[in-house]
Amino acid sequence: MRDSTRAAPFADPVPVQGESLERGSSLWRDAWLRLQKNRIALFGLWTFMLIAILCLGGPFFTSYSYESTEISLKASAPTERIVLRTEFRKVGEPRESYLALSSLEDEFLERSPAERRAIKERVQNGNEFREGNAAYRLSNQRHVFGTDPLGRDLLTRVLIGGRISLAVGFAATLVSIAIGVVWGAAAGFAGGKVDTVMMRFADILYALPFTVIVILLMVMFGRNFVLLFVAIGAVEWLNMSRIVRGQIIALKNQEFIEAAISLGLPAYRIMFRHLIPNVMGSIIIYTTLTVPNVMLLEAVLSFLGLGVQPPLSSWGVLIDEGSRTMETSPWLLFFPAVFFTLTLFSLNFLGDGLRDALDPKSSKD
Amino acid sequence: MALLEIEDLRTYFYTRAGIVRAVDGVSLSLSHGETMGIVGESGSGKSVTCYSILGLIPRPPGKIVSGVARFDGIDLLSCSDRQLRAIRGKRISMIFQDPMTSLNPYMRISDQLVEPLLVHEGMSRSGALIRAVESLEELGIQDASTRINLYPHQFSGGMRQRIMIAMALISRPEILIADEPTSALDVTVQAQILELIKQRQRELGTAVIFITHDLGVVASFCQYVTVMYAGRIVESAPTGELFARPMHPYSASLQQSIPALHQKGQPLYTIPGMPPDLTLDIEGCPFAPRCGHATAICREQRVALKEITSGHGTACIRFQRGELANTPLASTAAAL
Repeated sequence: MRDSTRAAPFADPVPVQGESLERGSSLWRDAWLRLQKNRIALFGLWTFMLIAILCLGGPFFTSYSYESTEISLKASAPTERIVLRTEFRKVGEPRESYLALSSLEDEFLERSPAERRAIKERVQNGNEFREGNAAYRLSNQRHVFGTDPLGRDLLTRVLIGGRISLAVGFAATLVSIAIGVVWGAAAGFAGGKVDTVMMRFADILYALPFTVIVILLMVMFGRNFVLLFVAIGAVEWLNMSRIVRGQIIALKNQEFIEAAISLGLPAYRIMFRHLIPNVMGSIIIYTTLTVPNVMLLEAVLSFLGLGVQPPLSSWGVLIDEGSRTMETSPWLLFFPAVFFTLTLFSLNFLGDGLRDALDPKSSKD
Repeated sequence: MALLEIEDLRTYFYTRAGIVRAVDGVSLSLSHGETMGIVGESGSGKSVTCYSILGLIPRPPGKIVSGVARFDGIDLLSCSDRQLRAIRGKRISMIFQDPMTSLNPYMRISDQLVEPLLVHEGMSRSGALIRAVESLEELGIQDASTRINLYPHQFSGGMRQRIMIAMALISRPEILIADEPTSALDVTVQAQILELIKQRQRELGTAVIFITHDLGVVASFCQYVTVMYAGRIVESAPTGELFARPMHPYSASLQQSIPALHQKGQPLYTIPGMPPDLTLDIEGCPFAPRCGHATAICREQRVALKEITSGHGTACIRFQRGELANTPLASTAAAL
């Protein structure tokens, strides 16, 4: 099909090998090819994938459960050596009971500091320390991210929380995009009275306080995880529909839309094939802004007791809890915050890259 | 029998400033394979006339107040949206003025070219693509099978206008409306594009309505010319007739405004005054305030287009009465 001997006066937008005439040329495939050239966007993509995979698969390998508490391990710092206290009924009897301790401090409070330090050192060096019918030795257990005030493994909780946060973030964002784009595009494209009615409806929803809507939903349908998606999506689509509507109105008076109408194309085709791809850049940018927004909303709801219920957790909840013990155990804030920020950063990079990739004019060659 | 017959078309725009009578009683007819030019200055209603018959007027504020546009037994002005959509792009299609903005920047040329075929003829994508490549080749685009996969911004203005023409002609329409198709292009490309439209028209037997304000283009391209002023037709004539014996002072002044190379050193002729405010309901001839031949009678009543000689009609009442028959219109207009 392609005559390679003739010098083509125009360069192909992307080096597509063996592209035949028959092959469907979708915006998305082109965008993917262009995205691969954008290093920061790729970094964002891989980071995000890594976090997602960690959150999905990680909890199976941490060997701790996100909900089991160990009261004597409360708020142990990351990688702090854990001491195992073994108690014997009678000396030499095999029936033992174990207790893990994050430090020996609480156990020997009646002793002098020097003595406590000596015992600690002894145990840390791998020796056993016996006193009465209890023996202290170093455990081979580790909590990489430390534990929370209830002695739960923070790593497991961060990963499990990530599942919830990502699920809420994406599901709610998708809900809001689906409703918002269609609603906004329809209103903008139809114009006139239809537009007015549709946008006033959005205004009314906008005027209702968010928490009231959520509480109403909860009362009507009971406390439910799925409802969280619906509730957040139901609020976030309002912004999206306004943005899309504005863009569509700006676009629909352009000549290429007039040309499309003059070609006799049906309205749905003009809307979905001509208008929406043209506003895709704004949609994607706004999506990357919506995801963190939604995650924070989820944290707010959880804080009010309307969202995720303990012992289940989410990044928002973990950060909120961590911020309260910031002075004494900063790792409780640090780790969830790192995951959260990294996710948001990578999503923003990816969003930026996607916007550029989706614009055919942005290709540099 | 005429292919398209417009009768007494009135398209008004209801704006805050008042009712703008953009098209005010236009009647014209177009035969099979004919090329008709519609000339007039900006705001004279040439484009609105064509937009009206294709239902492309934004409503509101626009409204087609009266009129009939018969096309193959269908009244385009009163038929349903669905009927109209089946005609648009299939039997009547349109080329727009600015090729830079009339192609969707987010779609490959191929996707845009096949759309009318997929929608109107239910063709398969692969079949439509073959037709699309052919249509590009027919418009002199080399290497069409490769370049069809490019995006609009990778083409020059002239190339894009060729693509627009290919798209408009791809489903072999009976009427092609060209709304100033060459105004945004430079002169050398203009000539090529005109030649291409002419050539394709001959091959397909399409009738063309050519909207322009360039009399030179009309002279070389159209068989028949309709001159519009302030939403009304002031004169319509076969091209040669119009240039040889204009029967309306406005057409004569228009001709005189064409810059001529041999008149070096002389100031360019301009028609004195301004086009009338279309929100006012003009009683008499809308050109009367600017016309060197106007008398009291011109301002009294509306004058309908009347055929003086075969195929040559004028809306100048003094001409219809024979008062100006022997006066050289153009020179007197210049004497103002």
